[in-house]
Amino acid sequence: MRSIDWGPLWLSLQVATLSTILTLTAGTGLALLLAWRKLPARNLIDAVISAPLVLPPTVLGYYLLVALGRNSVLGRGWEALFGQPIVFTFAGAVIAAAAGSLPLVVRSVRLGVESVEPDLLAAARTLGARPARVIATVVLPLAAPGLIAGAMLGFARALGDYGATQMLAGTRIDGSPTASIFVMDQLLADNEDQVFAMSLATTITGVTLLYFANRLTHRLRRG
Amino acid sequence: MASPSLVAAIRLIRGELAIDVELECPPGITCMMGPSGAGKSSILAVIAGLVVPDAGRVALGDDVWLDRARGVAVPVHDRRLAYVLQGLALFPHLSALGNVAYGMPELGKPERRARAQALLDRMGVGHLAGRRPRTFSGGEAQRVALARALARAPRLMLLDEPFSALDRALRAQLAALIRELVAELGVPLIHVTHSVAEARLLADQVVQIERGKVVGRGTAAEVLANFVEG
Repeated sequence: MRSIDWGPLWLSLQVATLSTILTLTAGTGLALLLAWRKLPARNLIDAVISAPLVLPPTVLGYYLLVALGRNSVLGRGWEALFGQPIVFTFAGAVIAAAAGSLPLVVRSVRLGVESVEPDLLAAARTLGARPARVIATVVLPLAAPGLIAGAMLGFARALGDYGATQMLAGTRIDGSPTASIFVMDQLLADNEDQVFAMSLATTITGVTLLYFANRLTHRLRRG
Repeated sequence: MASPSLVAAIRLIRGELAIDVELECPPGITCMMGPSGAGKSSILAVIAGLVVPDAGRVALGDDVWLDRARGVAVPVHDRRLAYVLQGLALFPHLSALGNVAYGMPELGKPERRARAQALLDRMGVGHLAGRRPRTFSGGEAQRVALARALARAPRLMLLDEPFSALDRALRAQLAALIRELVAELGVPLIHVTHSVAEARLLADQVVQIERGKVVGRGTAAEVLANFVEG
């Protein structure tokens, strides 16, 4: 048996971690916006954010390629700013993974935000808190279980991303595939021991994280 | 200097209910009575600034908090009032001390904690300072909610059926405490209740509301003579 190359798993963990930071930040903002009942076209915005859940990953990847490719406005702007394109880079892999996991994060965080009793918000306001303070000191702490669940779902989704990543970042990022691309490569090359080892390692990583996230969420819910 | 009166004229449609009331609440206790669904809680929410009415004006003395005709609407956080909601709405993730200190962010931490502890002591629940609301009894929760409401040195107090879940002995204890506080602060307090006994115990003035309209106004003896509890 050949020794296992853990580089792809390490790369996937880095991509998933950065993608989670990105989606949790953007997802919390979007969830707060969607929880606001007076938001115009709320259902339409919700549908657009949720679209990656129903699109084939390659279609999502294609849209990202069109929106962020070297000929697009965003792609050219990024390249002018950072000196390298988004496509076929580490940043591209992070963005592809984030785009796929964003709706999961938004939905979890939104459930958490909407579970906060309106009377608690009213009480905070009558105690002199402005909206930003109400969000920071009442909404987000009480929605923490939703934020943690969203982060973990987003991380798990990003860790296993294949289609969108391949479309936007290619099959090699700085010379290495991600864990899921590595599994496919090794399967095609008939290296079953490599496939098994990487699959098992990815599964153990994902399940362990979800287990601890569940425990933390449970502890927060009990208060 | 005498504390100002609250003067409110409110017109608000809430589903089937059309609220159209004019109130004047001088310093002291005004008990607002009436059956469920009469619009009492909605009136408090408008006065607090949590609900914007279709038309109306709310002023505390010379301070106009709301005037729909002139486009004036002072935000809730700038009204400096105390509002004890029906369910109390204590923050479950904060201790009793944290709940009371929440209304005093402008103070430094040591001073904020000292003042919050003093308010809890005053309400007879100083021993709960480090505990979270889920561990409180009904009476303890009421006292912590009152301590929290007083933290901002309010110019107006609004209590929405604060005693509804309490037994008679506790109600009497808390009623005495509220009378003492109002006498000390000299501010208007509107107390929503269903209980005639509670109104007799507390009220300087009683306002009777039915289907969104004021149908009786006067001293407890005047208004409550023919009042049927609903």
